[in-house]
Amino acid sequence: MNFDPRYSNRSFSSVGTRPIRPDGVDKVTGRARYGADFNMAGQLVGRILRSPHAHAVIKKIDTSKAEKLAGVKAVITAKDLPDLTDGDAAMYDILDNCMARKKALYDGHAVAAVAAIDARTARQALKLIEVDYEVLPHVTDVDEAMKHHAPLINDAIFTEGLEEKPVKPSNVTKRTQYGHGDVHQGFAQADFVVERSFKTEQTHQGYIEPHACVASVNPDGTAELWVCTQGHFVYRQHCAQLLGMEASKLRVTSSEIGGGFGGKTHVWAEPVALALSRKAGRPVKLVMTREEVFRASGPTSATSIDVKIGAKKDGTITAAEATLRYSCGPYAGMWAEIGAMTAFACYKLENVKTVGYEVLVNRPKTAAYRAPSAPMAAFAVESAVDELAKEIGMDPVDFRIKNAAQEGTRASYGPVYGPIGIGPTLEAVKNHPHMKAPLGLNQGRGMACGFWFNFGGQTCTDLNIGMDGSVSLAVGTVDVGGSRASLSLVAAEELGIDYSHVKAIVADTSSLGYNDMTDGSRGTFSSSMATISAARNAIKVLRERAAQMWDIGVDDVAWEKGHAVAKGEKHGNLGKLSLKEIAAASGKTGGPIAGHSELVADGAGVSFATHICDIEVDPETGSTRVLRYTVVQDAGKAVHPTYVEGQYQGGAAQGIGWALNEEYIYGKDGRLQNPGFLDYRIPVCSDLPMIDTQILEIPNPNHPYGVRGVGETSIVPPLAAIANAVSNAVGVRMSHIPMSPPRILAALEAEREG
Amino acid sequence: MAGVAVSTTINGDHVEYLCQPDETLLEVLRDRLGLTGAKEGCGTGDCGACSVIVDNRLVCSCLVLGAEAEGRQIETIEGMAHGDQLHPLQQKFLEHAALQCGICTPGFLIAAKDLLAKNPSPTEEEIRFGLAGNLCRCTGYDKIVRAVQDAANVMKGA
Repeated sequence: MNFDPRYSNRSFSSVGTRPIRPDGVDKVTGRARYGADFNMAGQLVGRILRSPHAHAVIKKIDTSKAEKLAGVKAVITAKDLPDLTDGDAAMYDILDNCMARKKALYDGHAVAAVAAIDARTARQALKLIEVDYEVLPHVTDVDEAMKHHAPLINDAIFTEGLEEKPVKPSNVTKRTQYGHGDVHQGFAQADFVVERSFKTEQTHQGYIEPHACVASVNPDGTAELWVCTQGHFVYRQHCAQLLGMEASKLRVTSSEIGGGFGGKTHVWAEPVALALSRKAGRPVKLVMTREEVFRASGPTSATSIDVKIGAKKDGTITAAEATLRYSCGPYAGMWAEIGAMTAFACYKLENVKTVGYEVLVNRPKTAAYRAPSAPMAAFAVESAVDELAKEIGMDPVDFRIKNAAQEGTRASYGPVYGPIGIGPTLEAVKNHPHMKAPLGLNQGRGMACGFWFNFGGQTCTDLNIGMDGSVSLAVGTVDVGGSRASLSLVAAEELGIDYSHVKAIVADTSSLGYNDMTDGSRGTFSSSMATISAARNAIKVLRERAAQMWDIGVDDVAWEKGHAVAKGEKHGNLGKLSLKEIAAASGKTGGPIAGHSELVADGAGVSFATHICDIEVDPETGSTRVLRYTVVQDAGKAVHPTYVEGQYQGGAAQGIGWALNEEYIYGKDGRLQNPGFLDYRIPVCSDLPMIDTQILEIPNPNHPYGVRGVGETSIVPPLAAIANAVSNAVGVRMSHIPMSPPRILAALEAEREG
Repeated sequence: MAGVAVSTTINGDHVEYLCQPDETLLEVLRDRLGLTGAKEGCGTGDCGACSVIVDNRLVCSCLVLGAEAEGRQIETIEGMAHGDQLHPLQQKFLEHAALQCGICTPGFLIAAKDLLAKNPSPTEEEIRFGLAGNLCRCTGYDKIVRAVQDAANVMKGA
């Protein structure tokens, strides 16, 4: 189809309004079905046995006692998930993470699993499984893991990306480098140089719904999987590959999802549930406990970052450099690389260089977490930018405005920007009343910028018009935060009908073509593009049917505001035909009316945000309080502004938790000490103020309505904005996230002893 | 283990069930009675997703035993609307988009109902502390607080 995705300026009637979401009533009445809310006849309960050791050889697993326990229907180990990955290293890592093969690589690594008639029997069975471990030295700190004497996590890993091929294995899987110009020359031109090191601790996405699925493998080799996921099509491919099934025989239905933030883009227990079901011959429900969620799913990288930035007296940055070390858990990742790409993306730089190191540690496999890797890089860079502005004697906003990237700027990670929002968000912040509000004793204000690429990807949508004129929109991107409302608005807009006549659903893997998952802030961007395309295809059919009803040529029929209109004087007396009238007659004019679309949604517009926050610090205890918070972000076009605001607020709140309190705490034994919401404390209602938002709309030229992804960028600036606020409040530069009370007190003490 | 016979009232209906002595009320609601509106987010009383009201007291049903429901009056999310008439809190949560993923929503609604029953005119701070036992990871709480404020105003006017 000749679909033109380019932006054209237009006025909107549905897009930009704020209706109630189609799945809303189910969610306020408790009827919405999430991962754990589904059951099948004859269903068993699955449970996973996990390693208590951070690093250990699995010498032997004896499951005989567990198998003999009454009510146990299947016990599996790695032997029941044989390696079928055929040299695909990434898939092998996924397999090994689902069920440890030779070694347990972190506290919480799955080593065996059972399916039993009830939870109690399953728990008892786990206790009867005997695992003989040979405990090995471990390493959980990213800097320690890079040292030469550090325990090796995988002796088959030799650092990629070095000029000379290494002769010894290492915990550093890869080195990557980005940038342009000559930083040495740039620093030589600088009047001021700031150089500083930063650390951030590991955090979890903290979705409230634990991973949950129901797997059912039938005797004929077909299977069904009900699961909370951000991408059921990808889960289908991964599960099928790991289990040696044809993907077409596995039907995956995405349940309502109780939060994902990137953490539900990876398979964890689903292949295990399928393997249990295959062995037991019955459906198996597998739900993680919260402790398992913390120990064995998520989290994001812990990082160690060095930043050096130089500028002239007039505030022009002459060079910027960063070295970024990101923990990946025990498997190779590209987390530091993403950090290296995003670190300086907000700025127009002649000389820039970033180097990333991917580091293996004995912690759970790093998973995507909302704009993965960008918040830590932004924390380091935006802290140094603030410090540099101070040294030069410039206002931090003006300093950033002077150096902000613009349309035509070559980004530090390579491409040349189109129209972008970094400048406008900074100007909006400069003029925001928040920046002028007075501050009290022990209070500080900080601001910071953030960037995220956004993603498009493969997308497929069906738009079916019922004979009553209602529209059913089937999409393949999981709705994580209200996208069904947004996509219904888009269909209504394009067709020219009322929102109430459209209902969007998320289709399962057997009902729709392949879709990439809801990640990279792509859900509304890409599925709205496919929806517009599908609606335009449906309109073509509607026009043909109207032409048939009128017995005129289709070229004489236009589509205006939900009606077919006959064009030309000779058709002056034909009036209009509504979508409903055409649909009602469809049985006699050629059958059901539908529009379909399959596309790769290229051209996701990059996204920028600038945040402001005010923090009060108690110098006696080191405790902090967020007094005021403002988010300014470019949405391209806000399809459903309330849900756009929600994305801004939610990302900011997660960033606040990360900045001030959240962290994985490991003991010397390599065990996670706080795998629960009591000790890993995410922000609660009384911790936060209202979070003000300002939506800017700088249209994305590569989307018909100008839409950009909005979901992730909002978590990028908070770490830095809050660090700048705390630093301004206490007069000491904070360089270690989270800025928990003990860390703030230690920083104050170090300054006093200074 | 022998089952415990329990006779109780849930959302105004008389209900009888057998449960194990160590089974939580949440497990009974979800797995025995099919009332899956209460969610298990943690199982340790930290997230509030399983909130229900037992004899006018807000509790985490994961911290109450099924056997303890004997003779009690229990309110769950499934009993919050009256027929096809949503409770004002439910309506305001929809209007304010006070939910994104929605997993915490049943718990928040039950907790907010309990809060407004005890304090019909809460300040913002009272709402924030009143709902501090319920975790939401999506919204940053802003729209939840506004929805509760709006619902409180509607309920006072009713």
